[in-house]
Amino acid sequence: MSIVVGYVPTAEGAAALDRAIIEAQRNQSRLVIINSSRGDALVDKRYVPAEDLAAVTERLEREGVEHLVLQPVRGHDAANEVLDAAEKYRADLIVIGLRKRTPVGKLIMGSTAQQILLEASCPVLAVKAGT
Amino acid sequence: MDILSSLMDGFATALTPMNLLYALIGVILGTAVGVLPGIGPAMTVALLLPVATVLEPTSAFIMFAGIYYGGMYGGSTTSILLNTPGESSSVITAIEGNRMAKAGRAAQALATAAIGSFVAGTIGTTLLVVFTPIVVDFAVSLGSPSYFAIMILALLAVTAVLGESRLRGFASLGLGLAIGLVGIDSVTGQRRLTFGQPLLADGLDIVVIAVAIFAVGEALWVAAHLRRTPLQIIPVGRPWMGKQDWKRSWKPWLRGTAYGFPFGALPAGGAEIPTFLSYVTEKRLSKHPEEFGKGAIEGVAGPEAANNAAAAGTLTPMLALGLPTNATAAVMLAAFVQFGIQPGPLLFENEGPLVWALIASLFIGNTLLLLVNLPLAPLWAKLLRLPRPYLYAGILFFATLGAYSVNLQAFDLVILLVLGALGFMMRRFGLPVLPLILGVILGPRVEGQLRKTLQLSAGDVSGLWSEPIAIVVYIIVALVLVWPLLFKAWRRARPTRVAAAGPVTGGPVGDRSTADRSAAESPSVDSPTATRHRQADVSDGQENADAPKVTHVNHGQEKQ
Repeated sequence: MSIVVGYVPTAEGAAALDRAIIEAQRNQSRLVIINSSRGDALVDKRYVPAEDLAAVTERLEREGVEHLVLQPVRGHDAANEVLDAAEKYRADLIVIGLRKRTPVGKLIMGSTAQQILLEASCPVLAVKAGT
Repeated sequence: MDILSSLMDGFATALTPMNLLYALIGVILGTAVGVLPGIGPAMTVALLLPVATVLEPTSAFIMFAGIYYGGMYGGSTTSILLNTPGESSSVITAIEGNRMAKAGRAAQALATAAIGSFVAGTIGTTLLVVFTPIVVDFAVSLGSPSYFAIMILALLAVTAVLGESRLRGFASLGLGLAIGLVGIDSVTGQRRLTFGQPLLADGLDIVVIAVAIFAVGEALWVAAHLRRTPLQIIPVGRPWMGKQDWKRSWKPWLRGTAYGFPFGALPAGGAEIPTFLSYVTEKRLSKHPEEFGKGAIEGVAGPEAANNAAAAGTLTPMLALGLPTNATAAVMLAAFVQFGIQPGPLLFENEGPLVWALIASLFIGNTLLLLVNLPLAPLWAKLLRLPRPYLYAGILFFATLGAYSVNLQAFDLVILLVLGALGFMMRRFGLPVLPLILGVILGPRVEGQLRKTLQLSAGDVSGLWSEPIAIVVYIIVALVLVWPLLFKAWRRARPTRVAAAGPVTGGPVGDRSTADRSAAESPSVDSPTATRHRQADVSDGQENADAPKVTHVNHGQEKQ
């Protein structure tokens, strides 16, 4: 059994990761970290560079969490990558970060969080920044 | 005095509000396409050709000039912040520029690139003003045999000297010349390469060819290699320079200009060789040689000045002789023809006001570019976050619209697709695009001069070398062709001495190959395999944190 967390280098992403580590430690389960990019732009600030990812890995090792870090670049949306991973690693919990969206922004860009919440087949823990 | 008053008239034309607006549009478009790898000023001018026909020729060329110079500015931003050259001429900039950015000196690197480009562009344009009329005076005395020889030299030199592979260069040139042949022969009225198609009798429209090769070919190529690991952009504030930076930059700027202009003006110059020469010189002359490879400001200042001066230099043969030596100049030459203006030495005489307005707009555009680039560089870098499917969908839309609007014939769309597929294949097999475009544009003109020469000499072949200049040029042609063989023989004879010089002579070739790659085909050959690797890893579920690190290293290497 495992916990899947969608990680992006923002305050929400960090909050989600923090919470996911706590949950993983409590349940003694494996933590699967997903940081994906569609890979169709030259620069994606949501894709974590290697050095920063190494810091995350180091932290997980320090905290003694069994972990798997994935950075799929397959042209899929972040929501689909998280849901895919949840299914593949038989997740019993998905942790995501949540942020405020204006209705117009949501209309245009859609909502990754909403899609995960609606389509996940396991419980989803949504965390806000600074909690 | 005459030049000065003509130039002032040019300024008067270029400074009208409407033309100033077009200069600004050109400058902004140019910077944008310069920043984006894979999209260059040549493609942009080609896409705008059909649109521009509704404009005054002067306004259109002012806009094109802005795009041309803007591309040179924009390329450096990408080189410095992303370590991916936005244009082939800013490959060298990426070496030191990106190191500087990684060391937290991105602001200074951007500033020295922008100000150096401005200084070099201004000096280069001044040299253009001084030298072009001299070249014109010389050129009007040339007869058809000399013209034919000079054009042959330009075609061969661009093909043989600039490319990484001469065979591929000549293959590309041959394709271009063949495409240029399609249509009715102007002298005998025979149909050539029309395959019984009446629609081909008028020949292929240059707009359709340029748009197909540059825009459709590139879009197909990018679509075939869409996914790649995103790169990290280095955050930067407003570019500025300290006193020490100024002190270390001004000499490289001037030296870079001195390299760039003559190389640009030569029939086979291009902007890549002078940037490399400038880099090597700065490395040798620098008081801080230990900083090279770790982010030396001289290594950004010199090459950036060189590529802008070369851009100005390229316009000298283009305006004075009607002889383009890079892709953008070639497409601009096609634009002259599109407007019914005959390029060549008589251009200054017949279209004086237009040409001088164009030159004046280069000064204006250069100043605008400094104003647009210096404070806004971080904003331009944001363009790189644009998802490429949107970008290329837009390009394809404009390409199709443009190709159709030239003759309002659906048949042109078929040609667009066929040639677009050819453009894709050329990128796939590493054929350079420049010889093809030059072949298409210069081919019919070369043929015209050859015909004229042979008519004058009543079919006698010796008419080809009846002028002394033609003979001199043929000797140079022979040298260009034989030089690599001689060099090879010399290298075999004296292997020890060349070993020391080896890296220097081998350097630009290697750099240029990556340069062509990244300019014409932004996702380089390695990246699709890298991406495939990653996909395999993901589907195996065995990917660990090391995998992205490996691909990052790969990207770093292939870009340098």
